[in-house]
Amino acid sequence: MIYGKARVERIADRIADDGFAKGRSLWRDAAGRFFRNRAATGALALLGFIIAFSTAGSLLAVWSNEEIDWNVLADISGAGQPSFANGHFFGVDSLGRDLFARTLQATRTSLAVGIIGASVAVFIGTFYGAVAGFAGGFLDNLMMRAVDVLIAVPSMFIVILLMVMFERSLVMLFVGIGVVSWLDMARIVRGQTLSLKNREFVEAAHATGVNWLGIVFRHIAPNLLGVVVVYATLLVPSIILVESFISFLGLGVQEPDTSLGSLISEGSSTIIFGTLWQFAAPIAFFLALIASLYFIGDGLRDALDPKDF
Amino acid sequence: MLAYAARRTLLAAPTLLVLIVLCYVLMYFSPGGPFTAERPLPPQVLANIEAKYGLDKPLHAQIWDYVVAIVTRFDFGPSFVYKDRSVNEIIAQGFPVTLTYGSISFVAATLVGVSLGVLAAVRHNTLLDFIAVGATFSAQALPNFVMAPILVIVFTWQLGWLPGGGWSGGKWEYIVMPVIALSTSFMASIARITRSSMLEVLNSGFIRTARARGISPAAILWRHAMKPAMLPVVSYLGPVFVAMITGSVLVDLYFSTGGIGLSYVNAALNRDYAVMLGVTILYGSLTIAFNLLVDLLYAWLDPRIRY
Repeated sequence: MIYGKARVERIADRIADDGFAKGRSLWRDAAGRFFRNRAATGALALLGFIIAFSTAGSLLAVWSNEEIDWNVLADISGAGQPSFANGHFFGVDSLGRDLFARTLQATRTSLAVGIIGASVAVFIGTFYGAVAGFAGGFLDNLMMRAVDVLIAVPSMFIVILLMVMFERSLVMLFVGIGVVSWLDMARIVRGQTLSLKNREFVEAAHATGVNWLGIVFRHIAPNLLGVVVVYATLLVPSIILVESFISFLGLGVQEPDTSLGSLISEGSSTIIFGTLWQFAAPIAFFLALIASLYFIGDGLRDALDPKDF
Repeated sequence: MLAYAARRTLLAAPTLLVLIVLCYVLMYFSPGGPFTAERPLPPQVLANIEAKYGLDKPLHAQIWDYVVAIVTRFDFGPSFVYKDRSVNEIIAQGFPVTLTYGSISFVAATLVGVSLGVLAAVRHNTLLDFIAVGATFSAQALPNFVMAPILVIVFTWQLGWLPGGGWSGGKWEYIVMPVIALSTSFMASIARITRSSMLEVLNSGFIRTARARGISPAAILWRHAMKPAMLPVVSYLGPVFVAMITGSVLVDLYFSTGGIGLSYVNAALNRDYAVMLGVTILYGSLTIAFNLLVDLLYAWLDPRIRY
């Protein structure tokens, strides 16, 4: 005789009735939390706009990024101002090239460096950290000591060394920045793996006979994903910062390629001639890009880290 | 504590060695060098030049010579491009300048950042707090290469208060803008970290106990809350130090302060590997030393930390 049988049956009926207790996945929960965060949603829209604008905006451009407008070259601080009449929406740079086209191109470069660099770093870091954390023991110790050693090296100098010693190409920039940025990722993933692999649910999976591949992919990886996604989002702006810094110094991408860092550098050196737009246009795009990425990263962290509640 | 300190110090030496070897190996395997000009030199001349700089020896012998020279004589060798100057002379000329405004920036960022953060945490959810949070959030997004031109536009071109560059023996008006450019974003980050960790500490149980015992708010803040709240800040100081060293390259370039950064960028443009290696190793060893300091400070603040 079960006490309160009617009630139990009623609950069982309602559970069986689909639509009542529909499971909500972690990701749908997180998406809900993310979209309730107004700053993060706004930042996502802004980032989407920047991406769309930097790729499709060239359809609007009257001039290409390499053409020199000889009509305004003689009087850049006057005739080279931003205007719709001659098609230079953001004005021209100090060589008479259309700044609108160049800013779009620079934004594309910076975005590409950020995304590819972060992907390289995330790939190496996740793999390295997961192996170290899962293996444990001597191998873990060795691998993490190596990270300790490498993290003490000022990475910017290593990137510049790489850029100078090997060819100064975009590819080298992507790889160089990615190669020095994976260390934090490795540490985070390793710590997370370590704490996960001793949890009860992993033990339960073991006990029910799931093989280790299944444990890694079905039980460990989904739990790592949140941390990895958050960190990867925050890595993109910091890699864009590194790239812009190097390009500002004049050691990054080379003409005719350009990036936001080199445009800011050019604009800041010609400010004496009263050409404020050459500085303002790339700065505006740069700040919008960085700020939106940071806000998205913050929003994702809040959304994917339910222990904050 | 002493054993930990000793162990941690011993770890610093191999780190430094790895740094030197890594840089040297990179240089060894890089295609082209300072002597590959647009008009190629005759092979005999090239061989003679390389022999003069010891570059004809096998890799391990070169590294050995290099390390021995650094360790025993603190000698980074001659510059490959400037015939009459050694790397040591280039460093000796620029380093005092970089050190001056660098340390001022570091102290300023830490002091102002921590005080702002503590103030915002103590006055939580007041107007002051909101202003501090807003200011630091926007300042964080202003890296040094954005700050520097903006400062020059405002203070040099518009207001005409400060010189736009130069050093002239370190007069204060030449130091102000480099320091602001270098420290703003870190000041903001430190303030944010301090604020959030201070808030967490102030809401924890032992602070409530101290309040219940009737200890004055000032004593609670300084005697009880400060030490645990400083832990995340201290561990953030290591990355700040690295970023400031890196940022000094830009400050030297933009404000023509005559620090090491300018020599470094010129060396990078001229493929003067000797200078690049020297500066990288110098800054790397400074970083390693500073990280050691931070770790010891951390262990002293929190005796539970032992690896």
